[in-house]
Amino acid sequence: MNNLLIMPVIIPLIVGMVLIIFPKNIILQRALSLFAIAASGLITLNIMNQILDDGIQTLQLGGWEAPFGISFVGDMFSVLLVLTTCIVAFCCLIYAFRSIGEKNEKLYFYPLFLFLIVGVNGSFLTGDLFNLYVFFEVFLLASYVLISLGGGKKQLRESLKYVFTNIVSSAFFLFGVAYLYSITGTLNLAHLSSRIAEAGQDGLITTVALLFLIVFSLKAGLLLFFWLPGSYSVPPTAIAAIFAALLTKVGIYAIFRMFTLIFYHEPQVTHLIIGILAAVTMILGALGAAGFMDVRKILTYNVIISVGFIVAGLVSMTEAGLMGSIYYLIHDMIIKALVFLIGGTIILLTGTSNLREISGLIRRHPALGWMFFIGALSMVGIPPLSGFLGKVFITQGTFEIGYFWLGGIGLLASLFILFSMIKLFMNAFWGETILTEEEEKGSTKGLIFPIALLLIFSLALGLGAEGIQVYVAEAAEQLLNPSLYIDAVLK
Amino acid sequence: MKPNDVILQSVTKVAVVIIFTFSVYLFMNGHHNPGGGFIGGLSTAAAIVLLYLAFDIEKVRENIRIDFKKLTAIGVLLAVCTGLGGVVFGKEFLTQAFGYFELPVFGETELTSALIFDTGVALAVIGTAVNIILSISEDR
Repeated sequence: MNNLLIMPVIIPLIVGMVLIIFPKNIILQRALSLFAIAASGLITLNIMNQILDDGIQTLQLGGWEAPFGISFVGDMFSVLLVLTTCIVAFCCLIYAFRSIGEKNEKLYFYPLFLFLIVGVNGSFLTGDLFNLYVFFEVFLLASYVLISLGGGKKQLRESLKYVFTNIVSSAFFLFGVAYLYSITGTLNLAHLSSRIAEAGQDGLITTVALLFLIVFSLKAGLLLFFWLPGSYSVPPTAIAAIFAALLTKVGIYAIFRMFTLIFYHEPQVTHLIIGILAAVTMILGALGAAGFMDVRKILTYNVIISVGFIVAGLVSMTEAGLMGSIYYLIHDMIIKALVFLIGGTIILLTGTSNLREISGLIRRHPALGWMFFIGALSMVGIPPLSGFLGKVFITQGTFEIGYFWLGGIGLLASLFILFSMIKLFMNAFWGETILTEEEEKGSTKGLIFPIALLLIFSLALGLGAEGIQVYVAEAAEQLLNPSLYIDAVLK
Repeated sequence: MKPNDVILQSVTKVAVVIIFTFSVYLFMNGHHNPGGGFIGGLSTAAAIVLLYLAFDIEKVRENIRIDFKKLTAIGVLLAVCTGLGGVVFGKEFLTQAFGYFELPVFGETELTSALIFDTGVALAVIGTAVNIILSISEDR
């Protein structure tokens, strides 16, 4: 029993509810939401060290023993993601102070933001399949409102697509839950895992596994990403950044959880299909990133490439591959928030997202330009920046099991990332300075600090990779040994 | 033309009392039998919506001076904080406690922390349901 596990979920929830009672007091809203995120982050740090010392932590809600009650399970993988979520949310929140606008602040922006974090943290920590569905709905509902916040015509159009896609995939999610419950008679993830291990993963269960793969692919943007470029380019910058950093990652987390803990018996079927999906995703994402001349489009297609790349590490199911995925997942959450915030700042300054109309920003905004440059190199995986280790390990993992095509496509996709990011950098920051100071549509006052903070975290992740290596190795080991998870929950 | 809703209003005045009573019954029944905070709250919300339908929004608002958005938040807070009670006493989050007490009038009564939790659920459900209906009706 470890009551700390529930805290990253209920602290933002309680604070969000308190904020609903005082919607007009903006100072209070800002201070309390920052406090909630920071407190959740610190508690998560504490849990992380407990896991390192004593193994996987569990909490049986209400004292009802698993598998009858709902379990909360903190293994290293999920806790690392919760911590990263808190870091990213903290920086995006500070960015939002200056950029979101007073009207949106009074329209319950902060409570909604906190509910989004509640849902994301809950999805990472829960050990029950139906509870996972509930937390998915919590953050989806918050994201429905956030994506249409402000109510522009384009926003409403894209949010309709987003809502319909997610309602359909949620319905499939429920079908999958129902199938699995009727086959195994349980919804506790650990219990599911042990029952399927006992009975064997026959054709029917593999089919259900593929249904879950479709559901989570829709959420993660793995091949089924048709909704993603539109929906991620319409909301205000701070919201777009948090979406790009967190929402697809929850889908990726769910894929990892399902296919390392439950459906890991038929890798020649399920994991090969995931591998093919990852390869196609990377190719299509790379084409999109290389082809568009629009800041937001380039960045969203980069989100898609990284989804494919992270999942490629799962396909290998080796320690190197999984470690690479975890490194890259953490790196990607931070760096995607970073480049989205910078992209949003560029659009704020110039009033357009068309790269052809932007030029020479670096003269007046050197800090912004160089931070973008470091971020771009980090995304490509230049050592010693944070993307490097993830890329090495994922490629090593795919080579170890002989999927050279997958690793090769991953490396090729990195070249396209390099091409697209440098294209963005050269067009936006180099060249003649078109805008004088008066012509700029907004100011970067107060916006540089959160971006710099994210960059520091990203650099620390790259340079201090040795320091977090113990945590990542532990996470990979726990993912590879489902028995650790099962023993921790069912005792 | 002014709509004639004398019958609707007269029936509502009686029906609302019955629905309120029934929802309290459903709510209190919940611990051991079918019922509880969710369904009790939903039927209460039904009664309030019926009031809105029969009389106009302004009139009801004058008489029920509650901000339903805040009611929802208070309900959730109540429920979550009851859950935190378990944490304070060193048990799991959401652990419930109950005991039997001698109360005047009621005699020996079972009191549970789940009742407070359920009150929170009921308030949250009332707030949400009424809020949804009001938002739709106010939309132009």
